[in-house]
Amino acid sequence: MLRALQIEPEKCTGCLQCELACSYQAEGVFNPAKSRIKVFTFHDEGRFIPYTCTQCSEAWCMHACPVEAIVLNEETGSKDVLADVCVGCKVCTIACPFGTVNYNQDTKVVYKCDLCGGDPECAKACPTAAITYVDADHTGLARMRAHAAASAN
Amino acid sequence: MQHVIIGAGPAGVIAAETLRKTDPSCSIKLIGDETEPPYSRMALPYYLIDDIDEAGTYLRKSDTHYEDLDIEIIRDRAASVDPDAHTLELESGATVNFDKLLIATGSHPIRPPIPGLDSPGVHSCWTLEDGRNIAQNASKGSDVILMGAGFIGCIILEALAERGVNLTVIEMEDRMVPRMMNQTAGNLIKQWCLDKGVSVLTSTRVEAIEQDAGRLSVKLDNGEQLGADVVISATGVRANTGFLEGSGIETDFGVLVNDRLQSSHPDVYAAGDVCQGRDFSTGEFSVQAIQPTAADHGRIAAMNMCGRDTRHQGSVNMNVLDTMGLVSTSYGLWMGVEGGESAELVDAEGYRYISLQFQDDVLVGAQALGLTNHVGVLRGLIQTKLKLGKWKDHLLHDPTRIMEAYLGATQSIGHNAALL
Repeated sequence: MLRALQIEPEKCTGCLQCELACSYQAEGVFNPAKSRIKVFTFHDEGRFIPYTCTQCSEAWCMHACPVEAIVLNEETGSKDVLADVCVGCKVCTIACPFGTVNYNQDTKVVYKCDLCGGDPECAKACPTAAITYVDADHTGLARMRAHAAASAN
Repeated sequence: MQHVIIGAGPAGVIAAETLRKTDPSCSIKLIGDETEPPYSRMALPYYLIDDIDEAGTYLRKSDTHYEDLDIEIIRDRAASVDPDAHTLELESGATVNFDKLLIATGSHPIRPPIPGLDSPGVHSCWTLEDGRNIAQNASKGSDVILMGAGFIGCIILEALAERGVNLTVIEMEDRMVPRMMNQTAGNLIKQWCLDKGVSVLTSTRVEAIEQDAGRLSVKLDNGEQLGADVVISATGVRANTGFLEGSGIETDFGVLVNDRLQSSHPDVYAAGDVCQGRDFSTGEFSVQAIQPTAADHGRIAAMNMCGRDTRHQGSVNMNVLDTMGLVSTSYGLWMGVEGGESAELVDAEGYRYISLQFQDDVLVGAQALGLTNHVGVLRGLIQTKLKLGKWKDHLLHDPTRIMEAYLGATQSIGHNAALL
């Protein structure tokens, strides 16, 4: 069963545990700036939206890469950056329409969410279950039902 | 079905792979005129600074990739095409038959009409072969003159500076990367280069190159004369359409195509730098000559060649450039539109800049300096023509909040959230 990160922003409290867990897993440091998942803040509305790569199927980043440095992980469905193959041209960072591939000026390669190889730390760290790792076919189901119900009325 | 692709760059290779995926039984011939396995010109600057070896530039890393997909690679060059007879003459004299033909011959560096441009020591930077020549001759401490501060010029500029050469850049326009960045951003890039010890002369032309006791002497239109060991010409590229003369295939700046990337002959398609395809932003047909567009074209042309009717919606023109550590990006109608609005934030000392262009409440263009996080969302906002609503006003006030604008305008906050 392919699984995906399900993000329910209405449950997010903005605690940033996900960013800390992600950066520690990916880079060995507690540094939100190096996290693959990012919590965006909407102060005016008192809301938060965690956001990261959706591992889209025909991935723009993967197709735009000129040197085959972004590959499909057939086990998890994630699109993974091969850091030793990436030349740092950044074409994927401008090609991803969701803005979830970033360039690291220190390492001179790009980075993105790789679902931690199938055991995402952000989901484990989230205290309110705003981020869960679920059957990929079920992501967004609640939202679709709600929309369907609303439009039926 | 016999498919023939001329050109083994990204457009040709992606087309070949898409053909195989869509039609497992078809025959695919990929014709390329360089001796190396298909490689990426985008990777050449990194080869120049020894970040990667030659194999690091290859488009596909498996030794048996093309064999595995039963794609026959032919080392040759197209001489002429007879679309009605469905034949292609190669320079070796061989004839290749096709049912469907894809022209993906890319582009070549233009040679400005400057006396002495053919002197030894003057190079283009376009092929792996050029890269090897430059790597050999532009050694530490040598005097190098780079003609052209366009996209390609700027990309190799970094590679040259890292090799430790004494570098002078000559650009005839009034700023750097004039077809990608506006005055403010282009001049900030120039200032950045000057600070790093690269000499940059804008609004300056090279009038002649002369040989002078084993070195080169470059004469400028301001009367100056500069000595150089190596001169690199990077003054733009032009589509490789020469071999189509007399074929009846219509060309302009590139091969003219419709929204199925079909040329004026229904069995001949075009993709990549050679293709004058639709621009998403302008709706006009133009040559973009960028990697993501080549990838779009290759895939869509191949789908249509297999009989899967696929429309090309137009590619967003986009560029990203790293000039000695200063990352610049531009998208779509970065220069703005008549009657539109714009938002701009400049931090000249910090070399940070962002400019957004709107038409009504839709983002139509953008440019940025020093933005390396979430920059791709600009493409998403432009290409989905997302109606920003109140987020446009937020962006006019603070143009850095592009991710918030995208999420705020699409996610279940506000009234949607109440549904859950």
